[in-house]
Amino acid sequence: MRRDRTGIPLPLLVPASLGVAFLVLPLIGLLVRTPWATLWPELTAPGVGEALRLSLISATSATVISLLLGVPLAWVLARSAGRGRSVLRALVTVPLVLPPVVGGVALFLVLGRQGLVGRWLFEWTGLTIPFTTPAVVIAETFVAMPFLVISVEGALRAADARFEDVAATLGADRWTTFRRVTLPLVAPGIAAGSVLCWARALGEFGATITFAGNFPGTTQTMPLAVYMQLESGHPEAAIALSLVLLVVSLATLLLLRDRWLGRAPAAA
Amino acid sequence: MSLTAEVRVRRGALDVVVDLEIADRQVLAVLGPNGAGKSSLLRVLSGLLQPAAGRTVVDGEQIWDDVAAGVRLPPYRRALGMVFQDSLLFPHLSVADNVAFGLRTRGTRRADARAAAERWLARVGLEGLGERRPGGLSGGQAQRAALARALVGDPRLLLLDEPLSALDARTRLTVRAELRRHLAEFSGSTVLVTHDPVDALALADRVVVVEDGHVVQAGTPLEVSRAPRTDYVARLVGLSLLPGTGAGRSVRLDGGGEVAVAEETSGPVFAAVRPESVALYLARPDGSPRNVWPARLAGATPHGATVRCELVGDVPLVADVTAAAFAELGLVPGSQVWATVKASEVAVYAR
Repeated sequence: MRRDRTGIPLPLLVPASLGVAFLVLPLIGLLVRTPWATLWPELTAPGVGEALRLSLISATSATVISLLLGVPLAWVLARSAGRGRSVLRALVTVPLVLPPVVGGVALFLVLGRQGLVGRWLFEWTGLTIPFTTPAVVIAETFVAMPFLVISVEGALRAADARFEDVAATLGADRWTTFRRVTLPLVAPGIAAGSVLCWARALGEFGATITFAGNFPGTTQTMPLAVYMQLESGHPEAAIALSLVLLVVSLATLLLLRDRWLGRAPAAA
Repeated sequence: MSLTAEVRVRRGALDVVVDLEIADRQVLAVLGPNGAGKSSLLRVLSGLLQPAAGRTVVDGEQIWDDVAAGVRLPPYRRALGMVFQDSLLFPHLSVADNVAFGLRTRGTRRADARAAAERWLARVGLEGLGERRPGGLSGGQAQRAALARALVGDPRLLLLDEPLSALDARTRLTVRAELRRHLAEFSGSTVLVTHDPVDALALADRVVVVEDGHVVQAGTPLEVSRAPRTDYVARLVGLSLLPGTGAGRSVRLDGGGEVAVAEETSGPVFAAVRPESVALYLARPDGSPRNVWPARLAGATPHGATVRCELVGDVPLVADVTAAAFAELGLVPGSQVWATVKASEVAVYAR
């Protein structure tokens, strides 16, 4: 009877329902266990606002850097015809599959005071990167930029390259064509990629704690703060902070959905 | 402008080897089936495609392409305008901004470019539609806007790549007539690529027929349509083309059979028969026609008030008969018929 009504075979329905429960129950648990009575004091406790502010600033900075470097990189991947292109794409996507902790270690080995580049930087300018706010931004950029590159490259491939031909016959060199034709055409893809990139940067944990440490005020972002509160025996604080991250993530998802559902028909 | 081009380019399995001469203010049609290399030719002229060899020289002095000398002018430095099969108006710009695009990239001030775009929109009959997005235009309107966009910068060479083939039949008629007027007013030279002989006949001063990457015939539209040299062209202009060898007032066909003609002829020739000059009978007719052949009806397609009949036999022909005659004869595919043609209705010309 039920199978007839829903049209879903039982062997698919049961695991699918379990899957939904598996994904949704933890979120419900978070909401159920949230100390609603003490939520406001928890959220206004010293350090929480600081962590949130640091998270937002560093994730936004990482997204801006990813845009400045990632969009040109995506163009090169999508439009150049060189033989090294597939190798380049593989290299670019490595951070996507690399455990973030490994990324953090790798960044430390290159940019640390004894690192390949870091040593040289320290000798010339006296600057050290690890365990500073810039280190947070670098760690987040390293992990999040591939998301932007992949998504923009996909948009560039899907865009009709003949528009670029038309622009060329109308006197536009490649740079003008990029600015006035290509970029506007793939703007929805860039927006979606930026949101993905920003969300990934906001949740970054492994590379950040390895490369930037966990110092309240300078490198302790929201995910690090959640972890620290839980470890130091303040689960209520951890839950409250998690709730904030959950709200921010859901807002991101809604924004992304609007982009995809709202802009796609206009672009077609 | 005048243009001389030797184009050598490889597209997949196809080697395109085409030489073109275009005189000042001339409209040259490149006619050929799909996949003949016409579009590749146009892309080389525009600079969008790098040729494998050859040269393109404008006005006898300005070199656009010279592979041997390593010279290649990028497309954005060539004074040309191009219209594609799909209008390809930029979807993120208004119609007026689309038309103004070429002026803006070439350094015209915004206000001046806008004014020129509005003037051109009026010229192509799109007055008042400048603020619309391209999505809000019909196919014919979009193609008119694309033409305005290509012409607004006063190019010296206009390249038209199947500009009418995406339009529905009725729109095509009106846009073709307008295009004819704009080409007459245009001070540069034009290359029109098309697979529709009507476009070539209506718009061009000269026709070059390209098949499999090579020029198979060139001449005025009249010459090409009166005396086609390949089956492809013959079919396009609606003629049955019969290659053979002339001897006196008769042509012995390569495929067997013989055709009586009205004038003395000798050597390799083509005999061309118009479908409307073929008459069909169920029994062998008596009397004057010297050309009487048995044939079998292979297919029939209605064509307005006539039915176009494909005949197979010693002499393969296409015959147009009136729908009434078709019904009266009770013809069905497979019917055995007798086809007759007057000798004076057969055109004969040297191969």
